[in-house]
Amino acid sequence: MSALLDVDDLRVTFPTRTGLIEAVRGVSFSLGRERLGIVGESGSGKSQTGRAIMGLTPPQARISANKLAFDGIDLLSVSPRERRKLRGKRIAMILQDPKYSLDPVISIGRQIVETLRTHEKVGKAEARDRALAMLEAVQIRDPSRVFNLHPHEVSGGMGQRAMIAMMLIAGPEMMIADEPTSALDVTVQLDVLGILDRLVSERGMGLIFISHDLRLVSSFCDRVIVMYAGKVVEQLKASELGHAQHPYTRGLLNCMPKIGADRHPLPVLDRKPEWAA
Amino acid sequence: MTSAIAVDRLEVIFDRFRALKGVSLDVQPGESFGLVGESGSGKSTLLRAIAGLAPVASGGIAVNGKTLGARRDKAFYREVQMVFQDPYGSLHPRQTVDRLLQEPLAIHGFADGEKRIQRALDEVGLGNGFRFRYSHQLSGGQRQRVAIARALILEPSILLLDEPTSALDASVQAEVLNLLEEVRKRRKLTFLMVSHDLAIITHMCERLMVMQSGEAVENLAAAELVERRVTKDYTRNLLRASDGFVRTA
Repeated sequence: MSALLDVDDLRVTFPTRTGLIEAVRGVSFSLGRERLGIVGESGSGKSQTGRAIMGLTPPQARISANKLAFDGIDLLSVSPRERRKLRGKRIAMILQDPKYSLDPVISIGRQIVETLRTHEKVGKAEARDRALAMLEAVQIRDPSRVFNLHPHEVSGGMGQRAMIAMMLIAGPEMMIADEPTSALDVTVQLDVLGILDRLVSERGMGLIFISHDLRLVSSFCDRVIVMYAGKVVEQLKASELGHAQHPYTRGLLNCMPKIGADRHPLPVLDRKPEWAA
Repeated sequence: MTSAIAVDRLEVIFDRFRALKGVSLDVQPGESFGLVGESGSGKSTLLRAIAGLAPVASGGIAVNGKTLGARRDKAFYREVQMVFQDPYGSLHPRQTVDRLLQEPLAIHGFADGEKRIQRALDEVGLGNGFRFRYSHQLSGGQRQRVAIARALILEPSILLLDEPTSALDASVQAEVLNLLEEVRKRRKLTFLMVSHDLAIITHMCERLMVMQSGEAVENLAAAELVERRVTKDYTRNLLRASDGFVRTA
């Protein structure tokens, strides 16, 4: 199986008043047509890794890598024009909170149609039909009503489904989901994950699922990368999370309260400086 | 024994929207009581109504046997303090930790402020070194510790906790939960805690109430929830959801 995405020694550096800050410090992995989870706490560089692949790193930041290639295309040397063609068409991204990542003044339907017509030559009527079909695919019960609604008129779960529809309509081969369900209620969370899971496996897409929730990721993904202070500390199969080797992964699993486990006080993470070295 | 908090058929109405539809609640002194539910279930509104931050339309609230009127007096706030969800929003950005902690002392006319501030900071595990910092110089967990110190400085008997750890990383969450348990034990506090996370509530509380769209669904002991002896489908759904994602073949 050839890899869809190859990342080798990715570094993202931000210049600040007090010197350079390395948010991502030498991350390497490859992605096939599978579900890969990237887990870490805030500041671990998981989101910046996703953004660097998508090409959404702020302009003042510097990206370097031995290799950052999507389907053989070198993402570091490609022109902005080529990059724009990839973004949305072949690589899609779902963001955390639909309240902030959808355009508040354009109806949901028009936003979906816009994505489609940016990347494909289709007529208005056909674009509308395909958008409606896509809304139906993400289990929105009354697509023609939701099509005309604005983002503030729908719930969080509905908004997130609309965003998934928007991302999938151009038929991407790889999807980056950055905390796609953190802003949602637990029960809605599972619905949205179920939809994502089905669509990803039906279409044979590669998925990068970025989250702070180790347990959720391990129940959803095939493989998990654990990041700490900009580095990958451990890579393992999701099914083998119980046998994690690194003390950080184990600590992270341990410190969450569990239903039925009577542990007072909760074990806390004892951060070792050598983890970040 | 008089209840620490007794809420009787409380109604809260925002404009025409009924956020709470006749909810009753009874918390004993020294008890830790949890409120669970999804967003919009009214759990935070109930907490805010007790603190005097939501428009009560009808029903009654009594704290330590004393029925509360429409306005809360100073004595109420010496008994009841609140810790909010977002430590990034609940601390004044232009005040130092010292200034933040002095505010409640000044309002209530305490003379021994110096000593109390030092003790409060020690108690939440922040040394004197943090005293003259601004909140933007602190991490999320440190900020929440400051918010807890501010709530404890008046030595209240009841703490209202509105999702105190949901803005924090898992490892920091564990530290803050441990701190809360520790101060509760030491000071024999009564907790009323809101969370959307069943695991946190079963860890922290002895009893809990499940809420849905402004109504109480059921009252449970934490042990019953752990053994999954629940009677309502809604609670069962929440329990199942908190187990994580299960792939349907």
